[in-house]
Parts: sequence; structure tokens; C-alpha cells
Amino acid sequence: MNTVITADQLFGALRETVVMVGFSLFFGALLGIPLGIVLVITRPGGVLENKFVFSILNPVINIVRSLPFIILLVAIIPFTRWVVHTSIGTSAAIVPLIVYIAPYIARLVENSLLEVSPGILEAAEAMGATTFQVIWHFLLPEAFGSLILTMTTATIGLIGATAMAGTVGGGGIGDLAISYGYQRFDTFVMIVTVVILIIFVQGIQSLGNVLARKARRN
Amino acid sequence: MIELRDVHKSFERKGQSIQALKGVSLRAEKGDIYGVIGYSGAGKSTLIRLVNYLERPTSGQVFVDGEPLDQYSPSELRQVKKRIGMIFQHFNLLESKTVFDNIAIPLVLLKKGKEEIRERVTELLKFTGLSDKAGSYPKELSGGQKQRVGIARALASNPSILLCDEATSALDPQTTSSILELLKRINEEYNITIMIITHEMGVIQQICNKVAVMEQGLIIEQGNVLEVFGNPRHATTQSFVQTVIHNSVPQSVIHTLKAESGRRLFRLKFVGGAASEPVINNLIRNHEVNVNILFANMTEIQNTTLGTMILQMNGDNGTIDQAASYLLSQGVEITEVDKV
Repeated sequence: MNTVITADQLFGALRETVVMVGFSLFFGALLGIPLGIVLVITRPGGVLENKFVFSILNPVINIVRSLPFIILLVAIIPFTRWVVHTSIGTSAAIVPLIVYIAPYIARLVENSLLEVSPGILEAAEAMGATTFQVIWHFLLPEAFGSLILTMTTATIGLIGATAMAGTVGGGGIGDLAISYGYQRFDTFVMIVTVVILIIFVQGIQSLGNVLARKARRN
Repeated sequence: MIELRDVHKSFERKGQSIQALKGVSLRAEKGDIYGVIGYSGAGKSTLIRLVNYLERPTSGQVFVDGEPLDQYSPSELRQVKKRIGMIFQHFNLLESKTVFDNIAIPLVLLKKGKEEIRERVTELLKFTGLSDKAGSYPKELSGGQKQRVGIARALASNPSILLCDEATSALDPQTTSSILELLKRINEEYNITIMIITHEMGVIQQICNKVAVMEQGLIIEQGNVLEVFGNPRHATTQSFVQTVIHNSVPQSVIHTLKAESGRRLFRLKFVGGAASEPVINNLIRNHEVNVNILFANMTEIQNTTLGTMILQMNGDNGTIDQAASYLLSQGVEITEVDKV
């Protein structure tokens, strides 16, 4: 089969994807998990009910989440430039990826934490636990298995989003598939990249499932 | 010591105000096992949640060990809560932690040292008969075992009060009995005041010394269990009492009665000593009356026997009156009834 890309290009793209997903997942989680916790504890009936915080945070997350990633990517270029001093390349793609994934993670974390039985929280309150203790000793351990699946879903979502990172020269497997496989009709590249993405997603999902099962002990 | 003084509690639900408690007062002394019984919706769950301030009263005051709870700051209140253990209908154990770690939680919250925690938890595991389950997860336990873990957890911080919110309602009768035995042991060995919310009269009968009967946000009857059981005044109390003490005459007996005439019926109540004396035997020996026992029942409450009997006496009126006053003189409560 005829193809124009080299193995170096392929491995370079792989590395870029891993870097983009890794960094944006790390920082996205760093922002998203606390935001998810804040959503749960400030909601009406939460352990630290706060109408003001909840009524601002909740719609803001919805607004960011309703933007298609490709629009978000372009729209926040000034912000990206301010953060990483460039608007092109892999690091320039990571900033919008974080902005994209953090609210997504916040929502997923919120859902996971809401699954924790209210009875557990009542027991915590009856024991005289502080808000921090409620989160640390009750909420997070009880939701741990579910949180692992949450992060799995977030990671897979990120892999999809990185395909659009090509727009700002971010590179990555998805970009390779679009610019060579799709735009240049290079079927070989298309098949290889798609297979790689399938393996990626499958691997991450299976790993997530195994870890979650371990955490839930069943 | 737990005291509620004229406590009201209302909730806002969809713009509507619901009055869960409409002026409730009660007092449980140190060492009491205080039962609160009522049908669902009576307000008893709200009531028990007031004692550790999971709910705050709309008006009125709650006292724990003589101190009103409304005087405390949030952080002081958290300290007070550590002196009040609580167990729940659905146990509320952490599924992600072992039995050992579940029991250790209150101590971890108190920032106790590892060694101290290990010692205390081991002691509690032994006390609740769970020593071999330390490494198990709640999922692997039976309902009764889960409640034992709940009890051990509630006792970890050495509370002076234990609140039981429908603690046996999810358990089968035999398990219920063993959990109640454990609660009684806790009450006796550690002198912990226990408050129990339940809809099962059997629970009150087996371990409580005081009882309050609730209906529609009010306490309709309260006092010593023996008094309330022996003389239930309110219809709701009577129907609760009937679930453990059968004091109604079977239908078949009522039918045969209708056919007879020239009879007088008496309802007798024996409490304590009167129940162990051979009064009926003496009655028949010393009086010229024919005695027919239509119904008899004995129940033990708080180590005291409570007996109910319905007698039919035939004879001339004067002799029957004498027989009745003889029973009265023997400490038997007797009332003449025209129908059973």
C-alpha cells in the first residue's frame, strides 16, 4: 500500500496524543474534581448548602459544556496565548482541552458523588464530622469506584477532542487521521490511526473497569 | 439525660408548610431505655433527629445531659455529637471499608492514635461478637451482623446516649431479638441512655422501661411501659398493645355466649404479685359461684407479669358481688362488662 507518512511521524503523533491527554486530564481533574465536590456540597440539601455558589457555578459549567470543542478552541485563543505564550502547537492545544474537560469532569464527579447514599452522609453528620471529614472520609471513599469510571469516561472524551487539536497545530493521532487519512485519501493511514484509537479506547476502558471493580470489591 | 421541651418542627415542602411535631415534651433519665412508638408519619423520626440536632427545632428546646443544644456553636455541637451514638434502620455503613475500618471511623475523626484505635476497635469487635469479621466488608455480612457493626461504630467514641432509629425494622424477628439483647447489655454494662424509635410494640415490650406513643406530631400517651401497657387509654395505644398482648375474646366464644342468659361477665387484670397467687382457685373454693374462664393471657413486661382474664360467673347476684369483692381484695383489678 502507498502511504506518505513515516513511522517517525506516527510515533510522534502517538507521543503528542499521550502528552495532550495526559496533561489535560491531570489539570482537568485538578480543577474538575474540586468543582464537582463543590457542586455536590453546595447544592440545596448538601452538607454545606450555599445558594449563591451553586447558582453561579451550575450554569457556568453548563455554558462551557454547551460549546463545541472546535469553537471553544478558537474562542479562547487570547487566553491560551496569555497562559502558554503561544497559540499554536501541542501546548497551545492543552489549554483549551483543560477548559473543555474540567467542567465535564465536574459534572461526572457530581453524578458519582450523588450516588453515595444520603444515609452515609447522615451517619457522618451524626458523628460530628466536619465538612472536610465528610468529603475525605465518607464521600470520596464511597464514590471511589464510580470516580474511576468517571475518569475513564473523561479520558476517552479527551482522546476524541484531541483529534481537533490539529486546528491549532497540536498534532496527535486524530490530527494524523484527518490531515492524511481523510483529506489526502490515504486509506492506510486512516486504517492504522483508527485501529490505534480503538486499541487506546478499549485499553483505557478495560483498565478503568478492572480498577473500578477492584475498588468496589465485587 | 435527654429532654425535649415543647418542641415544634415544621418543614417547607413545595411552598407548603408541614408540621411534623406540634409541641412535644419528654424526658429520658440517665440509664433509661426510652421507646418512642408510632405509625409512619407520626413524627418519630423527626423527633429522634432533634436529639443530636440533625434537625433543629422550629421552636422549643432540646437538652442533652442537662445542657440546651441551642447554646452551642457549630464546632461545639460537633463535640456534643461525639457523645451521642446513633444507629440506623439501613445501617449506613461504608461499603468501601472493612468492618474494622467502619468501627474505627469515629476514632479517626477524633484523630486518635493508631494503637489506641486498634485496641478500642478490637474490644468493640469482641463485645459485639464480630471478632472473626474484622476484615470483612459490609457486603459480606447478614443484616444482623451489619447492625452489630453499626452498634460497635456508635459506641466507639464512648457516648453517654445511643439513638436507635428503627434499628431492628429491617431485621427478622430472631435477629431483632438478639440485637435488642445487645442493646440491653449496652444499657446495663455501660449505663448508656438509649432512645429507640420503632413501630413494633415487641421492641418496646422486650427492652424499654419508658414509652411515648406518638400520633400526628404529638405524644398521645407516655410513661412507664408497664403502666401504659396495663392501662392503654388512647385508641392508637390500645391497638399497639394488642399487637403483643391479645386481650380480645375469640369470635367463637362470643357466639356461644349469645345463646346463654343469666350470666355476668368480668374483665380481670393481674399485675405482678397478683398474677402468681392462686386467686381463681380460692375464688371457686370459697364462693358458691360457677366460674367459666372465657379468655386468659399472660405477658411479661420488664420482668413483671401482666395478666388479662375474662370470667363468666353464674350464681345469685349477692354471691357474685362477694366473689368480685374478694378478687378486688386480692389486688386484682376487676370490672364488670356487659359484653366482651
